[in-house]
Amino acid sequence: MDDLMAARSQMALSLGFHIIFACIGMIMPFFMAISHYKYLKTGKDKYKTLTKAWSKGVAIFFVTGAVSGTMLSFELGLLWPEFMKHAGPIFGMPFSLEGTAFFIEAIALGFYLYGWEKFRPWFHWFTGVVVGVSGLASGILVVAANAWMNSPAGFDYIDGQYLNIDPIAAMFNDAWFSQALHMILAAFVATGFAVAGIHAWMLTKGKNQEIHRSALKIALTLGAVAAILQPISGDISAKDVAERQPAKLAAMEAHYHTEKGAPLIIGGIPDEENKTVNYAIKIPGALSFLAHGDFEAEVIGLDQIPADEQPPVTVTHFAFQIMVACGMILMLTGITWLFGQWRKKSYIHHPSYLKLIAFLTPLGFIAVEAGWVVTEVGRQPWILHGIMKTEDAVTPMPGIVWSFILYSLIYISLAGIVSLLLYRQIKNLDKTKNEPFASNT
Amino acid sequence: MFYVVVAFLYVSILFYLLFGGADFGAGIIELFSRGSLKERTRLLTYQAIGPIWEANHMWLIIAIVILFVGFPEIYTFTSVYLHIPLSLLLVGIIARGTAFIFRHYDPVEDYFQKIYNAIFVYSSFMTPFFLGILAGTAISGRIDTEAQDFFSAYIQPWLGWFPVSVGLFTVVLCGFMAAVYLIGEANTVEDRDLFRQKAFRMNMLAVVSGALVFLVGELQGIRLFTELLSHPIGFIAMIAATLALPITWIMLRKKKVYWPRIMVGFQITMILLTLGASQHPDFIIFRNGAISLEGAAAGESTIFSLAMALLIGSLFILPALFYLIYSFQKQPVSVKKLN
Repeated sequence: MDDLMAARSQMALSLGFHIIFACIGMIMPFFMAISHYKYLKTGKDKYKTLTKAWSKGVAIFFVTGAVSGTMLSFELGLLWPEFMKHAGPIFGMPFSLEGTAFFIEAIALGFYLYGWEKFRPWFHWFTGVVVGVSGLASGILVVAANAWMNSPAGFDYIDGQYLNIDPIAAMFNDAWFSQALHMILAAFVATGFAVAGIHAWMLTKGKNQEIHRSALKIALTLGAVAAILQPISGDISAKDVAERQPAKLAAMEAHYHTEKGAPLIIGGIPDEENKTVNYAIKIPGALSFLAHGDFEAEVIGLDQIPADEQPPVTVTHFAFQIMVACGMILMLTGITWLFGQWRKKSYIHHPSYLKLIAFLTPLGFIAVEAGWVVTEVGRQPWILHGIMKTEDAVTPMPGIVWSFILYSLIYISLAGIVSLLLYRQIKNLDKTKNEPFASNT
Repeated sequence: MFYVVVAFLYVSILFYLLFGGADFGAGIIELFSRGSLKERTRLLTYQAIGPIWEANHMWLIIAIVILFVGFPEIYTFTSVYLHIPLSLLLVGIIARGTAFIFRHYDPVEDYFQKIYNAIFVYSSFMTPFFLGILAGTAISGRIDTEAQDFFSAYIQPWLGWFPVSVGLFTVVLCGFMAAVYLIGEANTVEDRDLFRQKAFRMNMLAVVSGALVFLVGELQGIRLFTELLSHPIGFIAMIAATLALPITWIMLRKKKVYWPRIMVGFQITMILLTLGASQHPDFIIFRNGAISLEGAAAGESTIFSLAMALLIGSLFILPALFYLIYSFQKQPVSVKKLN
């Protein structure tokens, strides 16, 4: 493994790890606040138990997200100093605002976690909401910084110099809105379905029915609504990418040849040598329609992109297919849940349905990871689209593979411990309150 | 606006040193305590810093963001040449933060607690140690940008007696701060006396290790003292830090709680000022040159927007943070409720 590959792998691993904790740390507070709201309104103990249980999850995920985020703020420089030297002053605005949001989140979390019976109930509840809102703001700001790498703005690039820097224009680059919207919805979908999945699994075990049912309702309803909205945001993103980064869209779709009325390629195995896709389903004209809103529109293929500026096709294409497939499954499941809730259907209490929800636990996060692979690998070979290549940004220090190994060990052990803690917390929830077997399953 | 950003940078570093440092120190005290005091320190630490410890470490993030947005040359220079100690610092930060939370959120009491505790205390030592090493290396002029081989480019600069002595000094200062802080937090008179004793010992160690920094510096040709003589502000700060020592002792003897804290905060501020001023206008000194804050500053528009973001941010952060600290000073977290 050469240094560039090691650096890219380490970055991918770090981001891939952080995003899970960032999503949960950003969305769980909302679930917690909803449950807390219901407790304050109804005074039912089950909501209090649930709120406290979820807040422990928030504490564990927040700290892991915070330290992995701290690591990332260093890793940007440790791995990509040449990029940061030029990019820092331009795309620093969202990071400096994010610093504030993150700080507020940490303060609010201090109030919330340790504030039971100390503050007036609604003030205490409000600090929980602040945790969620500032977490969401952090997420939007960081994604805006990433969007700038896809859609550089706020400076003039003249003879290798970065001139006339405008940090505000850089922050509000063309991609910030579509990317941030897509990410926030994805975080709701992934966290909603993951939390719902765990509680559905607990429901099939038959313990603490009331608590798990309330939990399922809150998490899955939010996740389902987001899952139904997500394709709309995906469409905005696709049209945006078609406009700004035709190479990325071409790689996502394994669209080798520029053509009018381009087909949508579903599945299949790209053959990079012969520039075709085998075993794929092709829907005529659909790609043209999705990218440009017109079945006859011309879609730029990889043949119009210089060979040394083409992203890896197979990885990007597969990741895109996985993301869309997971998203579709979750959307359909979400529809069944909302319909069942609305019409008070009994199938949503059926053990098989609960098992299905439990089975879908990781799907949202698989989609999130795949989506980040699409956007990051699809941007290659650029670190800053059209301006700086990744290979020119990497640190001059040799032996990055050792760093990659070290970081991998850290992330693997952290993932292990967090899983263990979560498992113990969930088991503990059942030990503390053993309610009689509910009969509605 | 440039000076606003510089002020925020130094204030963030100072606050990280004060608040984050006291956090690290609590772990260091736990590391060097025996028997039941170890356990009591552990509970006390949680009681004293539980609600605010996350916020204490945010200052590091603010400092890093200021560096990479406002002074990209400094950020990238250190990232390249101090890659290894920075990575080790990160290992310390991640291990410590997670172990602190995990040991309190693991509902099962088994041998995992021992692992969390071990990770917590050793990383509490390691993190400020590497922070000190980084600071020591940055001002030592040991970084060689023309080095040809791996060892002299990426290891030798920080693996030397001077950086190590600064690292030890930082560790001792953290322990000193924590001991003084915990006096006021302790629940019994006996514990107060124990922490007071520890504060005295840590203070002695701080004087010795501080003198060691100067001594090693002189031996290695890093003339801190000579530099100080030509920077009056730094010199005055050093004198002030030294004069504060006997006052701290008297206040400790008189069993005051808040005065020693204020004196320690003052001393740390003066030590940072001494260090900063003695290098002025440079921020990082390497073998064949130096980088100053002025020289490394980003363009005007960036500095302006960064300053605005920091000013607006502090309007939100400072009152909230103050209220958080105030609330939990008034009504500390009860340890019983945790179990």
